[in-house]
Amino acid sequence: MQLKAQVEYFGRALVEKGATDPDLVVLDADVSDSTKTGFFQEAYPDRFIQVGISEQDLVGVASGLAVSGKTPVAAAFATFIVGRAWEQVLNTVARQNLNVKLVGTHSGLSPSADGESHQSIADIAAVRVIPYISVVVPADAPAAGCLTREMIDRRGPVYLRLPRGATPTIYPDDVELSIGRAETITEGSDVAVVAAGNMVHVALQAAESLRGNGVEAKVVDMHTVKPLDTSAVVESAKETGAVVTVEEHSVLGGLGGAVSEVLSENYPTPLRRVGVMDRFGVSSRNYQRLLERYGLTPTAVAEAAKQALEAKKK
Amino acid sequence: MPIEELRFHAQALRSLKLIDYGEPPRFKGVELTELGMFITNLTTEDEPILAGDLVQTKTGVKPLGQLLKDIRRKVLQMVAEAGSGHLGASMSIVDILAILYFMKMQHDPSNPDWAERDRLILSKGHAAPALYAVLSEAGYFPEEELNTLRELDSRLHGHPDTITPGVDVDTGSLGQGLSVAVGMALAAKMDEASYRIYVVLGDGELNEGQVWEAAMTAAHYGLDNIVVIVDRNQYQLTGTTEQVKTVEPVSEKWRAFGWNVMNVSGHDVYAVLDALEVCEHTKGRPHVIVAKTTKGKGVSFMEGNRFSRSVPNASQLRQALEELERD
Repeated sequence: MQLKAQVEYFGRALVEKGATDPDLVVLDADVSDSTKTGFFQEAYPDRFIQVGISEQDLVGVASGLAVSGKTPVAAAFATFIVGRAWEQVLNTVARQNLNVKLVGTHSGLSPSADGESHQSIADIAAVRVIPYISVVVPADAPAAGCLTREMIDRRGPVYLRLPRGATPTIYPDDVELSIGRAETITEGSDVAVVAAGNMVHVALQAAESLRGNGVEAKVVDMHTVKPLDTSAVVESAKETGAVVTVEEHSVLGGLGGAVSEVLSENYPTPLRRVGVMDRFGVSSRNYQRLLERYGLTPTAVAEAAKQALEAKKK
Repeated sequence: MPIEELRFHAQALRSLKLIDYGEPPRFKGVELTELGMFITNLTTEDEPILAGDLVQTKTGVKPLGQLLKDIRRKVLQMVAEAGSGHLGASMSIVDILAILYFMKMQHDPSNPDWAERDRLILSKGHAAPALYAVLSEAGYFPEEELNTLRELDSRLHGHPDTITPGVDVDTGSLGQGLSVAVGMALAAKMDEASYRIYVVLGDGELNEGQVWEAAMTAAHYGLDNIVVIVDRNQYQLTGTTEQVKTVEPVSEKWRAFGWNVMNVSGHDVYAVLDALEVCEHTKGRPHVIVAKTTKGKGVSFMEGNRFSRSVPNASQLRQALEELERD
């Protein structure tokens, strides 16, 4: 299995779309080396706007460009573009349903060494409650490239959430995904594991070990947390009768919250949520060790699956 | 008829370009009579048109003074009708908005989306009643709609929303308008378009940090197509600006941020027009006009005090309307 960086694929997709879309404009808050929007800057310097370390202004300037018919993509670290500029996203971008694309990199625990100030455990929940805006969380680098192109082609506000660094790859480079449509990666009838982002790979590993124990797990890549593919959620619950959600985000308000809401209203099903348990992250030089500390591992997912299966039997 | 009144009519004819000043002068193709020539000659071609004297509204030409009274009357009536609204902050910018919409901006009320139009962002969105009264007077929507302010299903929300014809940007949350203007100004530069983006900021609004983020960005990119007007009415919600959080020195702050700064009285039509003119001839820097105004301007018991946040009762409304008519 290869490791590839989602931000690299995102950066290259921007350059590719920039060639055919003269209205595509990319904005940065002094982190283009990390977000890889520097690729676009190099290719189209006249359509690259640097606003400096000011995320509220970043989102506002992007809004003005959208008002004037441009397709702005504003990228910065997830916790800052969403947290620092949340009310700008709500009151200026979403309220007018502007065609602004917000990209938060360094999501979840992925900036592990930087610690909790730079990690992002609440961004999905924070954006999900804002009307009109879509929330997209690619599972790997090819998915990030594909969903970046999809995001640009789709009118209206989108929040794209990417991790820092290279992560395991599950899709081929030419994968085709569609915003709002869940992707079933592995079929299984005993339990459904609904995952987003890096955690799709963890879910697949968990499914592998469950299979060794005679449990057939269905793995769903829920790359769009909003609008949620509710029929995929309900169908998965009907097929298996037990559901586990996995995300590199708080268990409150994100994918786990969204799936719980849908199932409790439409098809109440035993469910377990794997994610950050309502607490902050911490510094770790090694990202993998941090994921282990926070229970974002195949073992933890398999354990949650067993618990959901137990609950189903009752 | 007094000679001054005749001169007034002559200026009206000229400002509306109804007289062809050839030899002989003609009115809509018809040669003028001796009296017509006499009246026409009361104003000469090289005499600057007193743009401030007459303005075109949807109901025809009217003297600016009358227009300003009409707008203030409508602001009072609509807020009284709605039962809430920021009256003082609306009254202080009536003159500025009227100057912009009736004497300065290129815009077309019959085609609000005209690509080349000048844009205006009312960043101090709580002054929406003044904007609505001006837009209605200009012909963007029927005057009767003003009575629906803040009502369910009305197109006139408590704070500006693009659902209202003539409104380009949603505002209401303070501090965000200038960033949006920066984006619009950058887009205009990319498109090599010549329109301007006018932004009205409150002085209390200058408390918001995002204003200064945007001010830095605008100066960095030399956005000379942005004109900010700071409504320096000296009051914010809980007191004077200097009591709440010292905002002075306002002009020096903007100057330090790299802006072309002008100070005027926001109720002096010609001073504001002159400042706007300067903006058009100063290149390479964004512009800010710090306009000293009076909160609640036009109604004695509202001026420069905290009444301006209240809604007048029936007798106060009557008194206010009488005062407006008297002046």
